[in-house]
Amino acid sequence: MADTKQETMHVKLKVKRYDPADSGGKTWWQEYEVDIHPDSTVLDSLIEVREQNDGTLAMRCACRASICGSCGMKVNGSAKLVCKTRVVDIAPNGEQMTIEPMGNQHVVKDLVISLDTFFSQIKRVEPFLQPDHVPAQGEYIVSNSSMENLLTSMNCIMCGCCVSDCTVLEVDANFIGPAALAKAWRFTEDPRDGKRDERLKMLNDEDGGMWDCTRCMKCVDVCPKGVAPMDRIMELREAAIEAGNTNTPGYHHTESFYKSVKKNGRLDETRLAIDSAGWTNLPRLLDLAPIGIAAMRKGKLPPLMPHKSEDNQKVKDLYKSVEDES
Amino acid sequence: MYEHDVLIIGGGLAGLRAAVEVTSAGADVAVISKVHPVRSHSNAAQGGINAPLTDRGDEWEGHAYDTIKGSDFLADQDAVEVMSSEAGEAVLELERMGVIFSRGEDGKLGTRAFGGQKVARTFFVGAITGSAILHVLFEQSLKLGLNVYEEWFVTKLIIEDGVCRGVVAIDLKSGEIHTIRAKAVIMAAGGAGRVFEPSTNALICTGDGLSLAYRAGVPLMDMEMIQYHPTTLARTGILMSEAARGEGAYLLNASGERFMEKTAPDYMELASRDVVSRAEQTEIDEGRGIDGNVLLDLRHLGRSYIEAKLGYLQEVSVEFLGIDMAEQPVPVQPGMHYIMGGIKTDVNGATNVPGLYAAGECANVSVHGANRLGANSLLDTVVFGRRSGVHAVEYIKGVGAHSKTEEDLASETARLQALLDRPKGERVATIRDDMARGMTKGIGVFRDQTSMEGALTNLKNVKSRMGGFSIENKGKVFNTDLMFGLELEFMIDCADAVVAGALTRKESRGAHFRTDITERDDENWLKHTLMYQDDEADNGVRVETSDVKITQWEPVKRVY
Repeated sequence: MADTKQETMHVKLKVKRYDPADSGGKTWWQEYEVDIHPDSTVLDSLIEVREQNDGTLAMRCACRASICGSCGMKVNGSAKLVCKTRVVDIAPNGEQMTIEPMGNQHVVKDLVISLDTFFSQIKRVEPFLQPDHVPAQGEYIVSNSSMENLLTSMNCIMCGCCVSDCTVLEVDANFIGPAALAKAWRFTEDPRDGKRDERLKMLNDEDGGMWDCTRCMKCVDVCPKGVAPMDRIMELREAAIEAGNTNTPGYHHTESFYKSVKKNGRLDETRLAIDSAGWTNLPRLLDLAPIGIAAMRKGKLPPLMPHKSEDNQKVKDLYKSVEDES
Repeated sequence: MYEHDVLIIGGGLAGLRAAVEVTSAGADVAVISKVHPVRSHSNAAQGGINAPLTDRGDEWEGHAYDTIKGSDFLADQDAVEVMSSEAGEAVLELERMGVIFSRGEDGKLGTRAFGGQKVARTFFVGAITGSAILHVLFEQSLKLGLNVYEEWFVTKLIIEDGVCRGVVAIDLKSGEIHTIRAKAVIMAAGGAGRVFEPSTNALICTGDGLSLAYRAGVPLMDMEMIQYHPTTLARTGILMSEAARGEGAYLLNASGERFMEKTAPDYMELASRDVVSRAEQTEIDEGRGIDGNVLLDLRHLGRSYIEAKLGYLQEVSVEFLGIDMAEQPVPVQPGMHYIMGGIKTDVNGATNVPGLYAAGECANVSVHGANRLGANSLLDTVVFGRRSGVHAVEYIKGVGAHSKTEEDLASETARLQALLDRPKGERVATIRDDMARGMTKGIGVFRDQTSMEGALTNLKNVKSRMGGFSIENKGKVFNTDLMFGLELEFMIDCADAVVAGALTRKESRGAHFRTDITERDDENWLKHTLMYQDDEADNGVRVETSDVKITQWEPVKRVY
């Protein structure tokens, strides 16, 4: 490099360490300080620590160019690909940065997490092309726009940031997860695939499937490659409904939401809960009872008769204009 | 104890393509890799994959000739004929597996232009072609239930009576060392870019496969042929794909001149990579650069075109340098990118050691000769990955039961323990940086006797310190510190072979451009250099030569 500037930047790091070999597994925080080039990334600073300061620090990294997906970790509490995260953007005034392993996945050592959670989710969606017929020679004839559409999902580098920060996986380890659902979308949208309906039905019916996302947007925020997994999940839901998968709590929930706001201008939360469970689904309704009782005790039970908004004509107009457009 | 018919070292494109082939043939196969397959460096290939498709008016001989001319006539023409004639089917097969290649209006695969070729025959997925293919081959590996030893690091090939019978490897997650027996081993462990600093290569590209084969008695061929890519991003050294120029980008000097006009008036920015890198370095050396860079100008392509076709380049440019390519030219410079040399194989991937095959960047078939054309590396991986799989399956039919010896496991265990037990000494990274900077300095875009001897002197100095580095991490679980020490030993072997080859070749050819001998010398040097590890020879390397195979194209002066 012809860059001869000697200017450096002082970087302070606080790294969460874990050593499984240390009397059954010990976790501790360790602070480091390094001097590096002012344009450096968080990864550059961690490599400097590892190579010049502490060879026992374990982490993964390879390409340094945001394409291999190795270096996902939490920086100040949020999952990031550290090779494309510049220190000045995180700590413009030399603040200490907190580095932790990604969440929702088992830690192997220090910043290295087990890949098993991520890839077992990926495997659940049968992530390979399943065509009805394969051309005997040549290629499939499909439009360029249909292939460019899939780029959104093929940009996924399987770094696991979305899985790390998914708020559903935090409480439900059975959720297929944002990355795997975005991967599934890549096949349901591929005109060459022959199993679209089966895939949608499976993702619709399965426990932990497409309806378990709570739309918290975390995966969209943390994805370093613009895959926006939540948007893909919403497209899966629309596709599943269009394909006739309407006998699920997820669909009932959506439909109830839609109707109640259209009718009253406001959400009828009591009805939403019952509609989602299904009026004849006794076991699910009984599941709701303790929640209702707890809510009543705290004075949080929604009114049994819904409030109407004072002027719900505007809401109705809004519905009409959107529906006319589509 | 683990046993497989075929063990493939490396989970990138060559390795996974070989694995698909071996699995489909019904043999028991496993892949072993120091990283998860989707982390492999095949990801980094951006621009595309070449193939002459006859149904759209192209012919394989045209691609073959462009490849041979690009190689400065050092490629073996029989090998190039194999690659070019199998290319079309290899790419179509990837499409049928699910790769989302860009299309034309008719819904068939579309192409873009690439360097050193007048015909646009490069098939692509945006600027993430390598990643898009790797992920699809990974999908296929899941479909086939491929057995993968993820994050296992191979330390030694087991060679018995001159035959390869398996490997010794560390399971990085547990730190345990194991023998994996195999009737055939396919080396697909990637390149050795980290022997140089800077390099576009991932930190994992440490020449492990080249060194393992070299230690087993296989020659490394034409190792002096190091490709400097013309467009690596200023300061960061990140690759900016040739696709930018393929889509029409200009290279400008400080005065805004398209300087390629002087050296390649016909091909301009799309001359062969060695030619463009030398032209850039000349501009920079003669004071017409900007802080050691020239400019890559895409502004005339327009924002929407840039974002649709070169989205990843725009992402990198904005995020690493804060430059919007639609508004401003990007500063770039030549950077070490690829090693044309490698493990000598025949067109079936076979080496001189029975049972050991090689494919991909670690191998040298040779199809790239003295300079590889852009978008030929992906092609090389899938064509010769597949062929090595086919031939390994044939080979194992004649192999008896697995060997039972545990000698290598014992000796490797002792060797690694001795490394861990060393008293506190120098840091691995310090020695590595000294080696790699010395290599870049001496074996650069331009080189001469003095610079190459400087590289050798530096390398000898570095080697004298190799007994004195120490491993700080004494633990078992995910001990990358130990792995970096072993990788440095691999890189030193590769560096030895590079320097020996460079000092041997007394001519300028392709990427090996000597300012003290500027002409190509077909009379004496239409030859490959073959480097053998040999304790008796100077610096431990014995160099032999062999003739280049010429089939139908006599060498002519290379003009672009």
